[in-house]
Amino acid sequence: MSAQREGHATAPPEARVPLAPGTLPAGDRAEVAAVPLWPVVGAVLRKELRVELRTLESVPGMSLFALSTFVVFHFALNRTSVEGDLATGVLWVTLLFAALLGVNRLFVADAEEGGIDGFLMAPVDRTALLVAKQLTLLCYLAVLELVAVPAFALLLSVPFAHALPDLLLVLFLADLGIAVVGTLVAALAVQTRARDLLGPLLGLPLLVPIVIGAARATSPLLVAGHSGAPGARWLALLALYDLIFGLIAYAVFDFLLED
Amino acid sequence: MAAVEVEHLARRYGEREALSGVSLSLGKGQTLAVLGPNGAGKTTLLRILASLLRPHAGEVRVLEQRLPEDSWKVRGRVGLLAHEPMLYRSLSAEENLRFHARLHGVGAGRVAELLAALSLSERAAEPLRMLSRGMVQRVAIARTVLHEPELLLLDEPYANLDPAALELVGPLIGAESGRTRILCSHDPAGALAEADVVLGLRDGYVDVQGPAGEVSVGELEDLYR
Repeated sequence: MSAQREGHATAPPEARVPLAPGTLPAGDRAEVAAVPLWPVVGAVLRKELRVELRTLESVPGMSLFALSTFVVFHFALNRTSVEGDLATGVLWVTLLFAALLGVNRLFVADAEEGGIDGFLMAPVDRTALLVAKQLTLLCYLAVLELVAVPAFALLLSVPFAHALPDLLLVLFLADLGIAVVGTLVAALAVQTRARDLLGPLLGLPLLVPIVIGAARATSPLLVAGHSGAPGARWLALLALYDLIFGLIAYAVFDFLLED
Repeated sequence: MAAVEVEHLARRYGEREALSGVSLSLGKGQTLAVLGPNGAGKTTLLRILASLLRPHAGEVRVLEQRLPEDSWKVRGRVGLLAHEPMLYRSLSAEENLRFHARLHGVGAGRVAELLAALSLSERAAEPLRMLSRGMVQRVAIARTVLHEPELLLLDEPYANLDPAALELVGPLIGAESGRTRILCSHDPAGALAEADVVLGLRDGYVDVQGPAGEVSVGELEDLYR
């Protein structure tokens, strides 16, 4: 029997479509109807953002961590301004550790309140959860950077206003990678009792290439009187890393959710 | 054709046997009551039938599909009411139910219908953490039946419900719902009154099994001694 049953109080049958190719064993696809992918992604994303707005458990913590770290650097470096490699290192190390706070919390509400089980029992493509969580983390990182990057410029007098469009491109590519890798790591760590430890332990080595690429691409932008563009090969490296881990996440996410 | 067929089912957690050699058969529209002390394997059995856990041995068929191989064919046809309500405490009853409705492709009208049927409409906008346990249980019951499942897996469904609430949930998850049900309980007399078939578990093994009319309350109470 398909999910479209007589007397079933659901959306009209035409609103349901077969699961995306590749998600079902060959030969059986025609028998199963599922809720389309993107409405489910939208539903999960809305739920995630609503839960965060109500609980304020992730983004404020990430932002406060970044602000505190910049204050510490401001006093520890004892300089009126920083630029170049030093400024890049301060920015990306701070953003990386702030991002890990969000990664660690990404699946906690689902695990503690049983939401994952509710999702797993629905006739939906599990990729929807992966995509929604990645978008959620991307949103968290965008808000974090809205707070952290101006604070970074202010507290450490970093000259980058002239290079803002280039910096936004680097931030976007790096955020994409952090969201893709972070979601994968969070899904793995949440199944364990030591998730607070395992998340950073698994995440840091996988995120290092992103930090290297982002730092190298950012470094020429944070120089007074900068005239160059971010290194194209570092941007390409970031994009390639995003793509590779996006494919890995797509391939293994179902298995991470399995018992 | 049976709605649920299980043969020689086994499941371990590490070295510990949570279920061993469990076999059962349940016809469509029938109710199976599962009893046993804490740790007997009741919840593990429900989670395997809900396709959330993999069996380590044995055959499991739910709604004519083999688990875990064809679990994706069963999703959306089973409703699980577990100890955890599978709801988000910071969201309201309505927001939670609408979220699950979207996952199952169910219209918003069904959410309103269930909130009204369970007398939750007035407090539907409050976060779940503001509601009593009984009210949260009612919301969880609404979530369980939201998509009109053919098979209900109910783990102590009447916990925290007052007599008035029991009357409200009866048509949705009670015998009068007409659905195939597997009901875990610690109340031998109540379970016998609702069930067609009874299964008593102790330490993961079947201790009592048979038609409800052939099993006594005393036999089931002995499971807890």
